[in-house]
Amino acid sequence: MSQTVEKIQPSYPLFREDDYTASQARKRAVCEECHDSGKIEEVFQWTTSAEYQALNFGREALTINPAKACQPLGAVLCALGFEMTLPYVHGSQGCVAYFRTYFNRHFKEPIACVSDSMTEDAAVFGGQKNLFDGLENAKALYQPEMIAVSTTCMAEVIGDDLSAFISNAKAAGHVPESFPVPFAHTPSFVGSHTTGWDNMFEGILRYFTVNAMEDKRVGSNGKINLVPGFETYLGNYRVLHRMMREMGVDYSLLSDPTEVLDTPADGAYRMYAGGTTQAEVKDAPNAIDTLLLQPWQLVKTKKYVETVWGQPATPVNIPMGLEWTDAFLMKVSELTGRPIPESLTKERGRLVDMMTDSHAWLHGKRFALYGDADFVLGMVKFLLELGAEPTHILCHHAGKRWKKEVERLLAASPFGRSGKVYPGADLWHLRSLVFTDKPDFLIGNSYGKFIQRDTLHKGKAFEVPLIRIGFPIFDRHHLHRLTTLGYEGAMYILTTLVNAVLERLDDDTREMGVTDFNHDLIR
Amino acid sequence: MALRQCAIYGKGGIGKSTTTQNLVAGLAEAGKKVMIVGCDPKADATRLILHSKAQETIMHLAAEAGSVEDLELGDVLKTGYANIKCVESGGPEPGVGCAGRGVITAINFLEEEGAYEEDLDFVFYDVLGDVVCGGFAMPIRENKAQEIYIVCSGEMMAMYAANNICKGIVKYVKSGSVRLGGLICNSRNTDREDELIEALAAKLGTQMIHFIPRDNVVQRAEIRRMTVIEYDPKHRQADEYRTLADKIINNQNKVIPTPITMDELEDLLMEFGVLEEEDESIVGRTAAQEAVAA
Repeated sequence: MSQTVEKIQPSYPLFREDDYTASQARKRAVCEECHDSGKIEEVFQWTTSAEYQALNFGREALTINPAKACQPLGAVLCALGFEMTLPYVHGSQGCVAYFRTYFNRHFKEPIACVSDSMTEDAAVFGGQKNLFDGLENAKALYQPEMIAVSTTCMAEVIGDDLSAFISNAKAAGHVPESFPVPFAHTPSFVGSHTTGWDNMFEGILRYFTVNAMEDKRVGSNGKINLVPGFETYLGNYRVLHRMMREMGVDYSLLSDPTEVLDTPADGAYRMYAGGTTQAEVKDAPNAIDTLLLQPWQLVKTKKYVETVWGQPATPVNIPMGLEWTDAFLMKVSELTGRPIPESLTKERGRLVDMMTDSHAWLHGKRFALYGDADFVLGMVKFLLELGAEPTHILCHHAGKRWKKEVERLLAASPFGRSGKVYPGADLWHLRSLVFTDKPDFLIGNSYGKFIQRDTLHKGKAFEVPLIRIGFPIFDRHHLHRLTTLGYEGAMYILTTLVNAVLERLDDDTREMGVTDFNHDLIR
Repeated sequence: MALRQCAIYGKGGIGKSTTTQNLVAGLAEAGKKVMIVGCDPKADATRLILHSKAQETIMHLAAEAGSVEDLELGDVLKTGYANIKCVESGGPEPGVGCAGRGVITAINFLEEEGAYEEDLDFVFYDVLGDVVCGGFAMPIRENKAQEIYIVCSGEMMAMYAANNICKGIVKYVKSGSVRLGGLICNSRNTDREDELIEALAAKLGTQMIHFIPRDNVVQRAEIRRMTVIEYDPKHRQADEYRTLADKIINNQNKVIPTPITMDELEDLLMEFGVLEEEDESIVGRTAAQEAVAA
């Protein structure tokens, strides 16, 4: 074989060599019993047609390539944002392996998260015993100062009662009465990862504040609470800190996993690093207000802040792009009385300068996009500000109300006319859409690369290049450290979009003597 | 003789476990080798054979051992009166966990451990009254019980339950070989009970395989944790169970049931005077409204 010790090749290009291609062809002919390539191609072409799209959108019971993950995944991310906190998933072990792997592939960091590994007898008798042992062991082994418990499907289907189990665990002395064990029921078959984040967050607020409201007074600590929601761009946490510092605003960022998800390689492993402190959570009801930065996913949190804390939870949109960052900063300024500082005004000016520099290239470019509800909404808003045209707008976990909100946004801009909104749709739906009504680019997570591959197979003229903004991003490194919120985030998005346009143009005009009349040095 | 696997269903409290054990005692007396598999977390399907409540159920022992893999057949399989083999699936206390999953786990365990490969003529599954979820339908899944007997009486709810169970059976007949073997009427001494159950059986496309008259000797035996056949073999009630056993041994009438609608069932009950003719004009009217109308 062609693989030798002196020259080890990875699968590509190795499998393109003659002996491998011959072996594959033999296997195909002898064992695979597949259709001939003509038939396969015929079916492929059919799946790109409008006829197939109609059938595809007629699907009722089947999801193909979902653009969302399950509740406990969100609960784990939420828990990672608190100081010395161990995320604990009550249920089956494999689920937790999946959450850890998923984050590990995105953040390129080890993810500390435990499971109480319910087995067959636990499924029959209920998982209380697992929770007893699990809490006791996890506390002794990993010495957290808080254990945040969420659940998998298995525990939810048999109806395990976390509240009772945790009280019983404390009464039986498995963990001390005073040891914080907030919890959330997070059935994977309901909602999505964003629902799970919201549930876990509300569970943590509830644990620390629901019975401690007597001495709390709204506004007494002069702070603003910021709630990020399911947020995987570490730069977004950092830019929020920076903007608040520059404004001189006293604030609490409730759930902040930036340190634990970005630990340095200095020889020391850190199971815990940084994060929101318990003291900050306990003091949070004394704040002037709590701003929910991804309001479409923080439904339960909003209700809790309004009813238990008695704060207004003033509505804000996700601070993405120019206008919604303006609105966010002005709202913070209004609530705290702190003016917007020169540094942020200047930063804004720089963003506007960049937008005008690049607008000629982005004007009228058509983008299909998908992701979480607030991210997609913010991205649509910023695309419209750039003069770009959002075309196919898809969110798997959102509903009709969200659709109307996006449509309202589209209607307010001349660039929104070609935009169509698809809540509750998956990436196989999106694949049909980009075949029958081709956008220039696709914005989304790594899973979009398979749509790009399929469109390229139909022909270079049909190819829809993927621009990787979203979660998860498994196949590019370090993008999770960047920023999509605030003026800084808008600069990153703008840079990414315009350079994708220019790179594509270079690709198209690189053919010597044919298209290189437009292969320009200066763009 | 090939192994025959039978499942007993019926409304809760109708006397399934008592009837099954007395029937099984009759089969054993006739020289048949029988095993009872109790599929109820209460684990009381074998106490008349073992003279005690089985403390060591499959799930109970599995929980103690750590997992089902650590159990052996000998730990759970008990032998009682007339060499009848007894095993209980066991399960959680009411209100926690998943009893249905317990039945699935237990039956899988019995199959893997070869409990059915022993020299047996009959296996009887005694299943908890209401087939509330997939777990309690485990005994009638493919390659398990091929015959089902429904215990009922001439009371409305017992017949209603029997009809519902037939609906459940219909779901499984499409994919497997399970068939309904008949209704066993465990008499509550209601009027024309035998005729009523015969009529119901006819509508369901099956037979009333036997009518077991009510007799206090059953309770007297039960207090002693015994079957009638063991307690008082000469009693005429013991003969009833022997007759039932004989009918089941020779039963050739195995059908796909034809469950009836609620209306048909009510018509039948009205025909036999169990149910009064419904007065549509009084539905949804409060006492106050009726007083005004009067």
